[in-house]
Amino acid sequence: MSDQPPPRVRVTGPPRRRADVVRPVGTREIDAETALGEVFMRSLLREQLFLALRVLAALGLTLGLLPLLFLLVPSLGDVRVGQMPLAWLLLGVLAYPWLVVLGWFYIRRAEDHERDFADLVGSVGSGGPDEEPS
Amino acid sequence: MSTDVVPGVVAVVLVSLATLVIGTWGLRISRTTSDFFVASRTVRPRLNASAIGGEYLSAASFLGVAGLLLTFGAEMLWYPIGWTAGYLVLLVLVAAPLRRSGAYTLPDFAEARLGSRGVRKLCSVLVVAIGWLYLLPQFQGAGVTLRSTIGAPPWAGSLVVAVVVLASVSPGGMRSITFVQAFQYWLKLTALLVPVFVLLAVWMADGAADPAAAAPHSWSVPLAWPGGGIGLYTTYSLIVATFLGTMGLPHVVVRFYTNPDGRAARRTTLAVLGLLGIFYVLPPVYAALGRIYAPSLVDGRSDVLVLELPSLMVGGAVGAVLTGLVTAGAFAAFLSTSSGLTIAVAGVLSQDVTGRRWGSHRLGGVAAFRVAAAIAVVVPLLMSLPAQDVALARTVGLAFAVTASTFAPLLMLGIWWRGLTPVGAVAGLLVGGLGSGFAVAWTLATSPSPGWSSALLGQPAAWSVPASFLTMVVVSRLTRASVPAHAGRFMVRLHTPEAVELQR
Repeated sequence: MSDQPPPRVRVTGPPRRRADVVRPVGTREIDAETALGEVFMRSLLREQLFLALRVLAALGLTLGLLPLLFLLVPSLGDVRVGQMPLAWLLLGVLAYPWLVVLGWFYIRRAEDHERDFADLVGSVGSGGPDEEPS
Repeated sequence: MSTDVVPGVVAVVLVSLATLVIGTWGLRISRTTSDFFVASRTVRPRLNASAIGGEYLSAASFLGVAGLLLTFGAEMLWYPIGWTAGYLVLLVLVAAPLRRSGAYTLPDFAEARLGSRGVRKLCSVLVVAIGWLYLLPQFQGAGVTLRSTIGAPPWAGSLVVAVVVLASVSPGGMRSITFVQAFQYWLKLTALLVPVFVLLAVWMADGAADPAAAAPHSWSVPLAWPGGGIGLYTTYSLIVATFLGTMGLPHVVVRFYTNPDGRAARRTTLAVLGLLGIFYVLPPVYAALGRIYAPSLVDGRSDVLVLELPSLMVGGAVGAVLTGLVTAGAFAAFLSTSSGLTIAVAGVLSQDVTGRRWGSHRLGGVAAFRVAAAIAVVVPLLMSLPAQDVALARTVGLAFAVTASTFAPLLMLGIWWRGLTPVGAVAGLLVGGLGSGFAVAWTLATSPSPGWSSALLGQPAAWSVPASFLTMVVVSRLTRASVPAHAGRFMVRLHTPEAVELQR
C-alpha cells in the first residue's frame, strides 16, 4: 500500500469540431457558394420541387376533380357500391389510403434524390485540388 | 345529481388526472429551456407522430365532423379529407426544409429567412391571433360536452380544460406534453372505435336500415349546399383552406422542430397521414347511424351526436360505459389541442413579450414561459364565455382559412423561391391576413344566407390565398434590390440532406 496519491491527470474530452477532417471538394464548392456549388444546389432544388409538384398534381387530378365530377354527373349521387353510396365510399374511406400511398411514394423518391446528391457532391473533383473559379 | 351523470364525471376526472400524471412524469426528464420549447429535438418519428395526431385531432374532429356530416351529409367529408391531405401538402413542400431551418417557431423561421425584425413581429401577432381563434372552439366544445353529459353550466367545461391545460403545460413544457399527447391520440381513437363496433352490432340486429333513405338526396352528394356554381366554389374554397392551412398552424409547426432531422420530419409526417386516416374513417359511421337513431339532433344540436348516440342506441350499463368512453375521448381532444396551442402561443409570447425587460425586471426563460402560458389560456377563455353556440368544425375551418392565406404562402415561397423580400412578405401577410380576417369576423357576426356574398366571405380561401401569393410575388419583384444577402446560403441549409456535411 502506498501513501502517495496518484499524480493528477488532466481529463479532456475529444475536440468538439473535427476541424481538420478532409471534406469532399463538392461540399466545399457549396460552402464557398461558387458557380459549381450553385449548379449543384439548383439541380437538387429543381428536382425536389418538381417531385413535390408531381405529387400535388396527382392529388389534384384525383381527389381534386371529385367535386367537379359530382356536379357534372349528378346521377353519381345515386350510385352504390354494395350498401354504401359511392361518394361516401370514395371520400369517407378510400381517400385516406390514397393519401398514404402518395406520401410514401414522395418520401421514397425524395430520399433517392438526396442520396444521389450526396454521392455527387462527395465524388466530384475528389481527385484534384479545388480549381473552380468563383 | 342523478346517476346519468356518473359516467361523464368519472370520464372527465380520469382523463384530467391521467393528463396531469403523465405531464408530471415528463417533468422529471424536462430540464432545460430547450426541453421546454422543443423537447430538445430528440423525439422519434413514431412517438412524435402519435403526439402530432393527438394534438391535431381537436374538438372539431372528435365532435364537429360527425355533427356536420349528420346535418349536411357528404359535402362535409371534405373537412376530414382536407385536414388529412394538409399533411401530404406539408410533407412534400415544407416538412424537411422547415426542420432543417433550425428555427423554433414560425416567427423564428421568418426572421431567419428574411433577416427582418418587422416580418418577425407581424408573424408573432398572427401566431397569437390564429392560436386564440383556434383555442376558442376548443373551450366552447368543452362547455358543450359538460352541458350534454352532466348538465353543467357551459362555462364549467371551459374552465376545467383551461385549468388542466395550464397545470400540465406550465411545469413540463414541450417534453412532458409530447407523452401526454401521444397518449391522448390512442385514447381518442379507442374512444371512437370501441363504441363503433357495439353500435354497428346493434344496427345489424335492428335490421340494418339504410341511413340514406332517412335523408334528402343532397345528403349523398359531396358538393356544398346549394349546389351549382356557389356549391362548387364553396367546396373548392374549403379544399384550398384545409389543404394549405395545415402547414401554417402554429401548434403543428412547432411540433416539427422536435424531430431530430429532416429525414425524421418526413417519416413523422407519413406516420401522421396514416394515423389520421384511421381516425377519420370513424366519424362518418356515427353520422350515418345518427340519421337513423338520432333524427332529433339534426337541427341545432348536431355537435353532441357523438356524445349522445351511444345512450340513444344502447341503454343500461353498456350505454353508460360507452358514454363515459366518448366523453373521455372528447375531453382528451380539448386538452391535447389546447395544450399544443397554448405551448405555441406561449412560446411566441415568451420570446417577444414576457421574456423582454420590463422596467428593471427581466424574467428567466422558464418563468417567462409560464407567465406567457397563463396569458395564452386566459384570453381565449374569457372570449369563449359569451359565445357558446357555434358549429365547432366551422370555427376551426375559419382558422384554417386564415393560416392558408398568411403562413402557407410565406412558408412555400420562403422555402422554394430565393426572390422573396421582407417587404413582399409583409405585404402578402397583410393582404391575406386582413382579407381572410375580415371574412372570418363578418361570418362569425352575421347569420348565413344563400348567395355569392355569403359564400365568398364564408369560405374566403379561394380568393384570399391567391391574393396573398400574388402580392408576395409582385411586391418582391418590385423590391428585388432588398433580397436578403444570405438568402442563397439559407436555401442551401434548407435543402441540403444531412448526409452532406456543410459548415452550417
